[in-house]
Amino acid sequence: MQGDTSRRARQVGRYALLIFIAALVLFPIYAALMQALKSGPDAIDHPKSLLPINLTLDTMRSAWRIGDLGRLLLNSVFVAIAVTAGVIVTSLLAAYAFAFLEFPGKGPAFVAFLATLLVPAELTIVVNQRTVDSLGWFNSYQGLIVPLLATTFGTFLVRQVFLTIPKDLNEAAALDGVGHLRFLWEVAAPLSRPTLGALGLFTFLGTWNQYLWPSTIITDDNHRTIQIGLERLKTGDIDKLNLVTAGTMIAALPIFVVLISFQRQLVRGLTAGAVKG
Amino acid sequence: MAQVRLEHITKVFGEGDAAVTAVDDVSIQIDDRDFMILLGPSGCGKSTLLRIVAGLEAPTRGEVFIGEKNVNDVIPKLRDVAMVFQSYALYPHKTVQANIEFPLKARGESKADRSAKAKIAAESLGLGTYLDRKPGQLSGGQRQRVALARAIVRQPAVFCMDEPLSNLDAKLRGETRAELVDLHRRLEATILYVTHDQVEAMTMGTRVAVMDRGQLQQIGTPQQVYAKPETVFVARFIGTPPMNVMPLGLFERSEVLVGVRPEHLRVVSDSGVAATVRMVEQLGHETLVICDASGTRVVVRQDADAVVPPVGEEIHLDAGESHRHRFDPTTERRIEA
Amino acid sequence: MRRKWRELPIAAGMLAPSAVVLGVFVVYPLVRAVQLGHLRCDATGKRCREGGWGQYIDVFRSNEFQHALANTARLALMTVPIGLALGVGLAVLADKQLRGIGFFRTVFASTVATSVAVASLVWFVLLQPEVGVLPDLLHGLIPSLKHPGLLRDPGTALPAVALSSIWASLGFTFIVITAALQGIPRELYESALVDGAGGWMRFTNVTLPMLGPTLLFTSVVLTTRAFQAYGEIALLTGGGPDPERPTQTVPYLIYGQNSLVKNDIGLKSSAAVLLFFVLLVLALVQFRGLDKRVHYAR
Repeated sequence: MQGDTSRRARQVGRYALLIFIAALVLFPIYAALMQALKSGPDAIDHPKSLLPINLTLDTMRSAWRIGDLGRLLLNSVFVAIAVTAGVIVTSLLAAYAFAFLEFPGKGPAFVAFLATLLVPAELTIVVNQRTVDSLGWFNSYQGLIVPLLATTFGTFLVRQVFLTIPKDLNEAAALDGVGHLRFLWEVAAPLSRPTLGALGLFTFLGTWNQYLWPSTIITDDNHRTIQIGLERLKTGDIDKLNLVTAGTMIAALPIFVVLISFQRQLVRGLTAGAVKG
Repeated sequence: MAQVRLEHITKVFGEGDAAVTAVDDVSIQIDDRDFMILLGPSGCGKSTLLRIVAGLEAPTRGEVFIGEKNVNDVIPKLRDVAMVFQSYALYPHKTVQANIEFPLKARGESKADRSAKAKIAAESLGLGTYLDRKPGQLSGGQRQRVALARAIVRQPAVFCMDEPLSNLDAKLRGETRAELVDLHRRLEATILYVTHDQVEAMTMGTRVAVMDRGQLQQIGTPQQVYAKPETVFVARFIGTPPMNVMPLGLFERSEVLVGVRPEHLRVVSDSGVAATVRMVEQLGHETLVICDASGTRVVVRQDADAVVPPVGEEIHLDAGESHRHRFDPTTERRIEA
Repeated sequence: MRRKWRELPIAAGMLAPSAVVLGVFVVYPLVRAVQLGHLRCDATGKRCREGGWGQYIDVFRSNEFQHALANTARLALMTVPIGLALGVGLAVLADKQLRGIGFFRTVFASTVATSVAVASLVWFVLLQPEVGVLPDLLHGLIPSLKHPGLLRDPGTALPAVALSSIWASLGFTFIVITAALQGIPRELYESALVDGAGGWMRFTNVTLPMLGPTLLFTSVVLTTRAFQAYGEIALLTGGGPDPERPTQTVPYLIYGQNSLVKNDIGLKSSAAVLLFFVLLVLALVQFRGLDKRVHYAR
């Protein structure tokens, strides 16, 4: 192996590079955090200072109050949880049908599901806007939740896992007189827990981050979600921009917490489709 | 081609409580043009030792010499060692020709030179018509040959091979064994070969180094290792079926372990050890009689036309003095009379 | 009864929830939008008149659409190659068993935790010359950069948006490529090492080819994201700065504040359908074009 000195030198170089780039990547968050923790007057006097001195939670408290962030966060949480639960249920059902059942038209139905993957939100929203309006669902939770309740991605992911369950289990269950729904609930779903976890996490994040759809159908304050609500902290007053930053930091916190707790599931979820190419 | 010397090589993985000693003070000299087999069960450290010679691992202690040069601090590229991996490690996206040429490309040789040398190497292994295929389109045996071709194209000082035949089916393994022996002779190569299959070791090697749990048990020619095993482990590892090593006092009244090979046990009328026949395996060219001697499993090998005692019968087994191998019960080392 | 027909009722029942939602909110809009795309409508959407199928071509050829398309393409050209290169570079850099490497991997992956809104607002404030740190920093590094504030300067607005977008997608790219790297058999590297290949040669002969399918996948995802850029535009520049509007992307053209097609659902639909086609073509081109060089290692 290479001589120890030159290997040590390369290691040091690598660490240096890692630290440098990590600093670059963290910089925007750090700068934002420093600004969010500055008091109002401090923000006016020394807006660009990055030193962690004289830190205070006051600005964040103000942002919370002025932006009604509590309600915004609650709305986002509610919608995200509802959609996540819904997606898991619809995916479980549809995946079961595709993985364990035989029926005429199964092939074309599968292709049809596949095809919906191609259609971007930017296209469907044009018409969905009117559909939702005609249902009276503008400014409502249903409007935010229902259109997102089924995803092809979820169905495929779960179907993939279901296909790894040996056919024997299903056949044995059929012989024992166990119905499909029971099999799904007591066998298939529990065996797929890690994938369901990843799907749930994925869906929660995706729903939480939604921007375009909520901005289209929500105009009142009661149902506004956090993503589209943050902007209202922009008062046009340059001196008060730290309010925006403070609110943004508050909005970012829940997701950081969720992600740190569920890191492994997220990686598994993100790479389920990727590595297959 | 060159000589390889391993002096007091020790390799420890991990630290503190989790430390694992994969190789424990092993010294081996491989002469120029030797076909040295590192033989042992999985986990015995043979692959680690091979990787240390190739430069993929650094020894915790000890020195490696290739030719007369101490190569401890020399990177793999400059050691002039070629390695054939168990999984062949072929680049799936490159053609057979590109795979074979790769080491030459790494050395900066010209396209024309590379191409010519690769073709020669390929032809010598019967791959001439496959040059444009990709590994995915080849059979296991063909892929193995590509790996070999890639190794010989460099004309290295030493070949390191890590269980190259394990992934082949039995028939192919037999054929390829013969080809490898032939290759060794043709190229006048120095080969360091790792395997857990003692048949390969006995048939292919000029010398065999038997290892167990990181320690070198014995080094010698296949005949030496077979005829005079140094430890109980070697006695039990070499030979199909392996030597019967019997507990104290069973075969003779002594304080030592006695080992006798199945082919040296004879059925006699009254002397020797008493045993009950449990099972008879008739293999066509020979017969194995599996017995139970006071709880110890003893295997006797007979010619196909010898009289076979029926199952359940009590028989007596004996062996000549020259066929008894004695081992110290504590050190498990061979005791010479 | 044959099995095929026996299981139809329950299959239908299980597929129904997904089918209904997808049908109403994906399939129906697709069909309807294509239909609407050749109508011109008034603000209420009640009274429409035939524009003919040629309307699609008119909208496509229109200055506004071409302008938005060009901007979006420029955005993609900035974010995708750089995003891929950074993702690969960081993944390779962090692919060593060094002590503490887990920390660095978490940092590099961290931007996946930011939503479009969070990332955009963080960069928005960062780029304000009055309160943000970046304009001064960048001016110090590149004195020729003008000062009205990167987002307000027509020349630098789009690159600034690209910068924030690259940063936001970094985590995702890093995670995906790191996972793919771990799927490359170590023995290929070892074999190359013993055969004499240096670091760069191992990278170009082993790493990159084996990453092929993943790079394709990531490229398609990043390109699609660029062509769907709405939130970042809304929060960073509002499509401006006027009058050049260099950050007006196609989605923002359709849904933005100052959208010209906001009130005419016919025009809106045709623009949206055209966007759909653009996305399809892009995905196809990438698959065809890169597929030749991509290797599926089995």
